[in-house]
Amino acid sequence: MPRFLIERLLQGVLVLFALYTITFFLSKAMPGEPFTSEKNISAETKANIRKLYGLDKPIWEQYLAYPKNIITKGSFGISTSKGRPVIDIITQSFPNSLILGLCALGFAIGIGVPIGILSAVRKNSWIDWACMTVAMVGICIPSFTIGPLLQIYVAAHIPGLKVAGWGNLEDILLPSITLGLVSAAYLARLTRGGILEILSQDFVRTARAKGVSPIQVILRHTLRGGLLPAIAYLGPAFAALISGSFIVETIFQVPGMGQHFVNAATTRDEFLLLGLSLFFGFLIVVMNLLADLLTGLLDPRVRHTEGID
Amino acid sequence: MTEQPSTVSQGSSLWKDARSRMAKNKFAMGGLWVIVAMFSLCFICAWFCTDPNQVNLTNKFAPSSIEHWFGTDALGRDLFARILYGGQVSILVGLIATSVSVAIGIVYGAISGFAGGRTDAIMMRIVDTLLAIPFLVLVIVLQATLSDWSGDATRWIVENFNWDKEFTGRLTNVVPLFFALGLLGWLTLSRIVRAQVMSIKEREFVEAAVALGYSKGRILFRHIIPNILGPTVVYSTLTVPGFIMYEAILSFLGLGVESPNSSWGVLIKEGANFLETEVQLLLLPGLFFSLTLFSLNFLGDGLRDALDVKAAKD
Repeated sequence: MPRFLIERLLQGVLVLFALYTITFFLSKAMPGEPFTSEKNISAETKANIRKLYGLDKPIWEQYLAYPKNIITKGSFGISTSKGRPVIDIITQSFPNSLILGLCALGFAIGIGVPIGILSAVRKNSWIDWACMTVAMVGICIPSFTIGPLLQIYVAAHIPGLKVAGWGNLEDILLPSITLGLVSAAYLARLTRGGILEILSQDFVRTARAKGVSPIQVILRHTLRGGLLPAIAYLGPAFAALISGSFIVETIFQVPGMGQHFVNAATTRDEFLLLGLSLFFGFLIVVMNLLADLLTGLLDPRVRHTEGID
Repeated sequence: MTEQPSTVSQGSSLWKDARSRMAKNKFAMGGLWVIVAMFSLCFICAWFCTDPNQVNLTNKFAPSSIEHWFGTDALGRDLFARILYGGQVSILVGLIATSVSVAIGIVYGAISGFAGGRTDAIMMRIVDTLLAIPFLVLVIVLQATLSDWSGDATRWIVENFNWDKEFTGRLTNVVPLFFALGLLGWLTLSRIVRAQVMSIKEREFVEAAVALGYSKGRILFRHIIPNILGPTVVYSTLTVPGFIMYEAILSFLGLGVESPNSSWGVLIKEGANFLETEVQLLLLPGLFFSLTLFSLNFLGDGLRDALDVKAAKD
């Protein structure tokens, strides 16, 4: 177990480094200037500004300076478009994204897993058919269609719900439903598949033959193994929620990280872009690791196999 | 992955089996017909439609009529024509990005699986690393980079070849998206290819080719890859809806296809602006989009089940 953990941590560092390298060189390859809003300044002033941000140095020095600053000073650079430290922007907007993401994840698990179990238990019945069709519909309707529709048909008619905005408790409801829907649908499909596979195994037949009640068969014998595919999906699900939040934050005007990311890409704000990419990457690496650990905890077979395949 | 006996060697019966299994799957067949209908609508019927970019400010938000089946949008453009032309872009993004990623994925996965040993381990670790990187983050950055280059390319083509400026501009606005998605989308596919190559390289005909003294490259490209092509292409149908979705996400965020070009993502984005009064501007493109994705998913699932393509690790 410790060896597995160390291996995965090292891999996580490697992932972040690869992400940094790719983002760094891509952002350098984007032609155009980061300071276009200040067009009327003299060349000299511009050179000074570039110097202030350390953009005058050779590219390899810049490439090494950024990770060095993160490790030694905890600094993610200063946003060239906002003039504020990137870390400030992250700490200000991340809590909103996190709350939204967690609520969406909670919604997805709370809806998706029970539907999946129900479908599996009533396999090939009309319930199964209806649930899986709804799940497929959930996967295929994009959040940017669901979101506006919820705004106009739900938020506008129920008092207390606002069409867009952030700040009150009830404002979380519609964005997290919109965001969590796709993951809920995937979770339902995965749970159904996982449980069906376990239900076909010998020990379940033995349990049934011994006269264990159907509910106990599901709760005690099937759930633990049957939920594994769904749990393995939680890491990627978190990634999906974060990328999905770009859209949902735009629709419901949530002051989260997504909008900053899109702005950074369009204004060629390379420090903001690097900082946000690394932060997203870090979150996803951590979530994947947690999902792996949880899988290992639930499934002893995974615990001792090392690496992949 | 050493099982899957002799499916491929009995070429004709594999496809025959698959076809009969496919025909029994009502969802998959339904999906297939919807896709066929959608393709013919977008690529054939669109030629008979009115110009999707014809602005008519005196006829804004017209209700549906014989002239404009779905009515008109905020600039008086025919919504039906815009949906069909938008469908061309969305479907092309799905198909071209898939082709690019299949091409990369097959070569990469086949080399990795065929070489085995340390080369294989390193190549697969690279894939693992790239898979852990948030996809949308990379696509956004790569798309931004590519579209700046393609802006230069537009200027160059217009200056040197006298191409129509508007047409070239529209073309070069879409092309970066194809490649940004395709260049990053091959990772899962390469794993599937690798698993298949590993099971095929143990077979007698490969042994025979080795015994005949053929070069590794020849064995790989002439004997192994043709045998895995079918199942791989089938599996790749499952990635098409994903690419279409990413196109829509990027366009919705204003980072993909731009107006006056239309794509389903652009139309949904435009429609969302007039939600309170003109909900059909959002609903109709959304319906076409969802229906296509729905059918593609069913079709892909059905094809995969029919051919029993197994992924090494999903």
